Amino acid sequence: MNRKCTLAILVNDQPGVLQRVAGLFGRRGFNIASITVGASEEPGLSRMVIETEGDKRTLEQIQKQLNKLIDVIKVVEVSAQPMVSRELGLIKVTAEPSIRPEIFGLVDTFRASVVDVSPNTLIIQVVGTSDKIDAMIELLKPYGIRELTRTGVTAMVRG
Amino acid sequence: MSVQQAAQAQPQRSKAELIEKWSRPEVITGSEMLLRSLVLEGVDTVFGYPGGAVLYIYDAMYGFSDFHHLLTRHEQGAIHAADGYARSTGKVGVCIATSGPGATNTVTGIATAYMDSSPLVVITGNVAQSAIGTDAFQEADIVGITMPITKHSYLVRNAEDLPRIIREAFHIANTGRKGPVLIDIPKDVSAQKGLFKPVREVRLRGYNPTIVPNKLQIDKLLSAIEKAERPVVLAGGGVIYSGAHEELYEFITRTEIPITTTLLGLGGFPSGHELHLGMPGMHGTYAANKALQNADLIINFGARFDDRVTMRLDGFAPHAKVAHADIDPAEIGKNVPTDIPIVGDVKLVLQALLPELKRNPKVDAWRKQIKEWKETHPLTYKDSDIELKPQWVVSMIHETTKGDAIVTSDVGQHQMWAAQFYKFTRPRSWISSGGLGTMGFGLPSAIGAQMGNPDRLVVSINGDGGIQMCAQELAVCAIHNIPVKVAIINNQVLGMVRQWQEIIYDERYSHIDLAGSPDFVKLADAYGVKGFRATSKQEARRAWEAALAHPGPAVVEFVVPKGENVYPMVTQGSTIDEMILGDEK
Repeated sequence: MNRKCTLAILVNDQPGVLQRVAGLFGRRGFNIASITVGASEEPGLSRMVIETEGDKRTLEQIQKQLNKLIDVIKVVEVSAQPMVSRELGLIKVTAEPSIRPEIFGLVDTFRASVVDVSPNTLIIQVVGTSDKIDAMIELLKPYGIRELTRTGVTAMVRG
Repeated sequence: MSVQQAAQAQPQRSKAELIEKWSRPEVITGSEMLLRSLVLEGVDTVFGYPGGAVLYIYDAMYGFSDFHHLLTRHEQGAIHAADGYARSTGKVGVCIATSGPGATNTVTGIATAYMDSSPLVVITGNVAQSAIGTDAFQEADIVGITMPITKHSYLVRNAEDLPRIIREAFHIANTGRKGPVLIDIPKDVSAQKGLFKPVREVRLRGYNPTIVPNKLQIDKLLSAIEKAERPVVLAGGGVIYSGAHEELYEFITRTEIPITTTLLGLGGFPSGHELHLGMPGMHGTYAANKALQNADLIINFGARFDDRVTMRLDGFAPHAKVAHADIDPAEIGKNVPTDIPIVGDVKLVLQALLPELKRNPKVDAWRKQIKEWKETHPLTYKDSDIELKPQWVVSMIHETTKGDAIVTSDVGQHQMWAAQFYKFTRPRSWISSGGLGTMGFGLPSAIGAQMGNPDRLVVSINGDGGIQMCAQELAVCAIHNIPVKVAIINNQVLGMVRQWQEIIYDERYSHIDLAGSPDFVKLADAYGVKGFRATSKQEARRAWEAALAHPGPAVVEFVVPKGENVYPMVTQGSTIDEMILGDEK
C-alpha cells in the first residue's frame, strides 16, 4: 500500500549534488512530489526536503539508496514523527476592482496576503500545509487563476 | 618491455623509498600532483590512452618510471584492463582517458565495474574550466553522464585539491561496497601550479560503511541455523571481495551445509567439493536450483539476489527463511523479503558465526536428498567424436591448466560453459562481466589480470562475437609480450541470442549470423601473436598445449557447431526449478 513520506536530507553543498539526488530518484523509478533545497544550520551543508510516495519497500529503498550517496550526510524521515510542514503559494487571479472585496475576504480567512495589485489582477501569497494551499486555490478558481506557482514543502520535526 | 621484465623492473625502489621521495611538499603542477598521489596510493600499473585534454598529464609521465603506463588501442580496452587488474588483485584499477570521446569510451567499462562492484579510479581529462559549458571541441559532461554508474565522482576545480581527491577516491573505490570513482580534471587544472601536500587521512562525513555486524543479528542467524533442517548457503561476489573464502570454507566444512556460488562467487568455494552445488539460476545446476527452491533456510553471504539467480521472484524459494549478510544495506530486502538482515563485511560476519557452529544431524536427510540431485542430474552435454563440443573445450582447458589459471570470459554461451565446466578452486581466478553482461570484456580484462599477476597463467575464453568487440588489444599483448592465452570458441553465430531465438522465438533466427568474421589465426598473425585453429578434439588438445607451451601470447580458435545450447535453462517468467534440461550424455 502506498503512503506519502517527507524526507529531510542533509547534503554537502557541492556542485551537482541536486543532480545526484534527483537523478537517483529518476533512475530507480522513485517518485518526487516536491523538492526544496536551501541552506542548513551548518555552513557548507544544505538541506533538501523531498516529498515522495511509495509502498513500504520502496520507501525503505529510497532511504537506503540516498544514504549510499557520498554527498548525503543524513536522511531523516520527517513524516515519521510529529512535524511542521509548510509551503508557499503565489496565485495571480483576475480581479476587477468590483470583485476585490470578496477576494480580500477569502484572503483574510486563510490568513493569506495580497502582495501585488494591478489594474485587473491580484497576487495572493498563501503559506501553510499543502492542503491549505490546495483549498485556497480551489476557492480562487472561480475568479480565474492566471498564474500559479508553489515552492514545494519544507518541513521540520517538532520539538 | 614484457610483463616479466616489468615486474622485475618494479622493485628498483622500495615502497618506503617511493613514499619518502614523493611525499615532500613542493610547488608542482596538477599533473605532477596526480602522478605523485597515484604512486603514494601504491599504484604500479595504469591503463590509458592520451589525447588533447590530458596532454599535461602525459607530458608529466614522460620518462616517469615509478609506475607502468600501458597504452591500449581503445579506451574501452583500457578500462576493462583496469577492471581485470582490480578483480584479480583486489587493488584499485586505474584508467586514464582524454575528454569527450575518450571519456565516453570508458562509459561501458565504468558501468561494467559498477554492476559488479569492482574498485576503479577513472581519470578523465576535460576542456579548460573557462571552456566548460561552451560545447568546446571534445567536451563532454562525463561527470553528469556517469553519475548513475559511479560510486562517486569529482570535477577538480583546483590543482591543490588533487591530493585530497585522489586519496578520497581510492578510499571510496576500495572500501564498503566497492565500485568505480571518476575524477574529471580540466586541462587548466592539470597545468596549474600549486603546493603539493600529500593527504593521508580521509574525512568523509557522508561515508562510513558498516563493517562489523550486529551481534543480535548474528545470534538470530545462529539460532536459525540450529533449527533449520534444509539449509543452503548462497555465496556471491562479496565473499571474494572481502577475502572471506577461508572463513567460508571453514563454515561449510564445519556445518556441512550445502553451498551454491553465484556467477561472481565462483572460486569463493572450491568447485568439485562434495558440498558444492555449482551455480544457481538461469543456467544453474539442477541441484543448486532444487536446493534453493526446497530450502527452509537460505543463508546469503554477499550475493544480491540478482534476477538471473532468482528468476521469477514471487515463486523464489517459497519455503525458505532468508538470512542475508551484505556490506550494502540497500541490497538487503531489495529483491527478496529478508527475515534476518545482517549488514557488515562478509568476512567479519563469518568470523562472528564460526565459534558457535557445529554440524547438525537434523540436516542429514537434506544432505542425502541434495547428493541424490547432484548424482541424478549432473551437468551434461552430448559429446561427439566428430565435432568439437564447446563444453568439451572448456573441460579440456580446465584439465590442462589444472584448474589453477585465472580465467576471464566474454559474455554469452561460452561464458556460461566456462562457469559450468571450469572448476574454480581459488578466489580472484574468474573474471567475468556478470551484472552488465559486457561483450568485449574478455580480452582486455585478461591483459589487466596478467599485468596484476605476472606469475600466473591467464586464460581468456571468448566467443567469436565478443572477441571482435575488443580484438584490437591483441596489439598490446604482442608489443608487451603479455602471455595471455586467448581461446575463441567459434560457432559462427551469436550463440546465446541464437539459443533464445530457437527456444523462445520459434526458431526465427534474426541477425545472428557472424559470417564475415576474420580468419582468427591470420588476425593473430597480423598482430604478431601466435595463432592456432582446431576443428577436432585431437587438434584442439594439440593446439591448446602448444599455446600453453608458447612463452608469449597465443590465440586458439576452436571451431564448434552452431546448434549447441546451454543447459539447464530457466526461461524468463519461470521459477528456477522449472528447468529445461539438456541432452543426456
